[in-house]
Amino acid sequence: MIRRMNSPLWFLVPYVFLFIVFIIIPVVLAIGLSFTYFNTIEFPEFVGLRNYIELLTRDEVFMQNVLPNTIRFSFIVGPVGYLMSFILAWMLAQIPHRPRTLFAIILYSPSMTAGIAMTVVWTVMFSGNATGYINSMLLSFGISQEPVQFLTSPDFLMNIMILVSLWGSMGVGFLAMLAGILNIDQSLYEAAYMDGMKNRWQEIFYITIPSMKPQMLFGAVMAVVGTFQVGAIGVQLSGANPTPQNAGQLIVNHIEDFGFIRYLMGYASAISVVLLIMIYVISKATFQVLGDKE
Amino acid sequence: MARFQGMTINPKRFHKDQIKFYAILIPMALFVALPILFIVSHAFKPTNELFAYPPRFFVRVPTLDNFRNLVELASTSGIPFSRYLFNSIVVTVIGVALSILVTSMAAYALSKLKFKGKKLLFEINTIALMFVPIAVTIPRYLTISRLGLIDSYMVLILPLIAIPVGLFLVKQFIDQTPNELIESAKIDGASEMEIFIKIIMPIIAPAIATVGILSFQLIWNDVVGPSLYINSESMRTLSFYFSTLAARTGNPVAGQGMMAAASLIMFVPNILMFIFLQSRVMNTMAHSGLK
Repeated sequence: MIRRMNSPLWFLVPYVFLFIVFIIIPVVLAIGLSFTYFNTIEFPEFVGLRNYIELLTRDEVFMQNVLPNTIRFSFIVGPVGYLMSFILAWMLAQIPHRPRTLFAIILYSPSMTAGIAMTVVWTVMFSGNATGYINSMLLSFGISQEPVQFLTSPDFLMNIMILVSLWGSMGVGFLAMLAGILNIDQSLYEAAYMDGMKNRWQEIFYITIPSMKPQMLFGAVMAVVGTFQVGAIGVQLSGANPTPQNAGQLIVNHIEDFGFIRYLMGYASAISVVLLIMIYVISKATFQVLGDKE
Repeated sequence: MARFQGMTINPKRFHKDQIKFYAILIPMALFVALPILFIVSHAFKPTNELFAYPPRFFVRVPTLDNFRNLVELASTSGIPFSRYLFNSIVVTVIGVALSILVTSMAAYALSKLKFKGKKLLFEINTIALMFVPIAVTIPRYLTISRLGLIDSYMVLILPLIAIPVGLFLVKQFIDQTPNELIESAKIDGASEMEIFIKIIMPIIAPAIATVGILSFQLIWNDVVGPSLYINSESMRTLSFYFSTLAARTGNPVAGQGMMAAASLIMFVPNILMFIFLQSRVMNTMAHSGLK
């Protein structure tokens, strides 16, 4: 049997089949459903662009909270997380193997704790009564007079979400960039110094980054995707969807709210499509920005 | 004036120039590790320490009570803890094995075989790197229920097998293997599948380890599958059971010792796998570039 398996189909069919069923079809279905009214009981009814029009003109929560929140969250977590990954990888590449491995494992470990698993840490740390660690510290130093409701207060929730997400942002992209730097040919640096390169900044921009551009791009895509992936965090931290006064509401939560709480699947699909387009556009834009530094 | 020393990649030993890096790396690592140390310490705290005021970071009198409660709580709701654990292990082992096989076969085809639409397929997969599964939870659910997969073990595995990042990484890795190896095996009369199993699989072990880790994380930590696609409690996994702890204990504060124990149980296999396989992962990542 195996002696006669030569056709590429043997190799491709399993992957392509699963890829189509669980990735392509859901995306196509989301696009299709986004033009319908669908409450999961009756057959979807075609409504044209109504969902999109409603989303952009009448959904106050979306325009006033969800969209600004998502933009604020992703424009901080994405670039800062990416920059942090690069800088840490750059420093790690310049210390010996053993300590480097140790630091890399520590820095990468939060990204393995995916979602729910770690919520307990943050809920206890930021707990709203005096037994919360942060509150207990603030009280004992006399900085605050009474415990602060960190996780249910709209003033703090977003910042805590950003902090927690940054904490977990050294993921696959970080490892890729670290490997990229380690693989740069050392003689490139020596040659550049012979040619009169004078400092670290020149070194980073003329040698390091151009030599590892493929890994930089891969890291960028992972940063963008990772940023939108962790969206559920606000709901986990505050324990409510919608989050208090919509302070931590991101697009992903809005989809869940309309899809699984209100059963407006057509409308939720329209939000999904907007989200997928956003991710695609942002990734492409990132490519443009990074690609131009040739 | 002393000449400026350039960047030294992967230095052999410590040098005082490295102090500045350690000065940043050590506090960073502490900040990152603190929550994880906290989980470990919290998981072993007895009740009086969990609710002590002022709260203490490290455990004084470690106990296994939280783990014991975790097991007991499961049985009071009808499903023994061992059942969740068994489900998790079965689903993860089968899922990771399938994922490795399916992904590396496709990667081999994309890298070394000739067929129509090869470039297009790789392009589509590269675009799919940007795919965010939670965005399409609803249509995915509809697809799965239409296929009649609801309430089967398969539904915990199949949606997580085709990982675009995995295919991408393995394909880039196979690109590095010399064609001569494959050509000479062909002259000896080996079929493509034989070449893949006997020659390629051993060479790409690092990439396989990486896909293994990625799919392990996806399947072991998955909460969406067991909560949306499964209705019978006896088929659900540990990750699901743990995600419902807050609801079961009625109050997230009361259950925090158990939740910490649960987090630890989820986290330990992940970190052990990574520690064990990290040098292979780094080897794969060196070829991860997006062109």
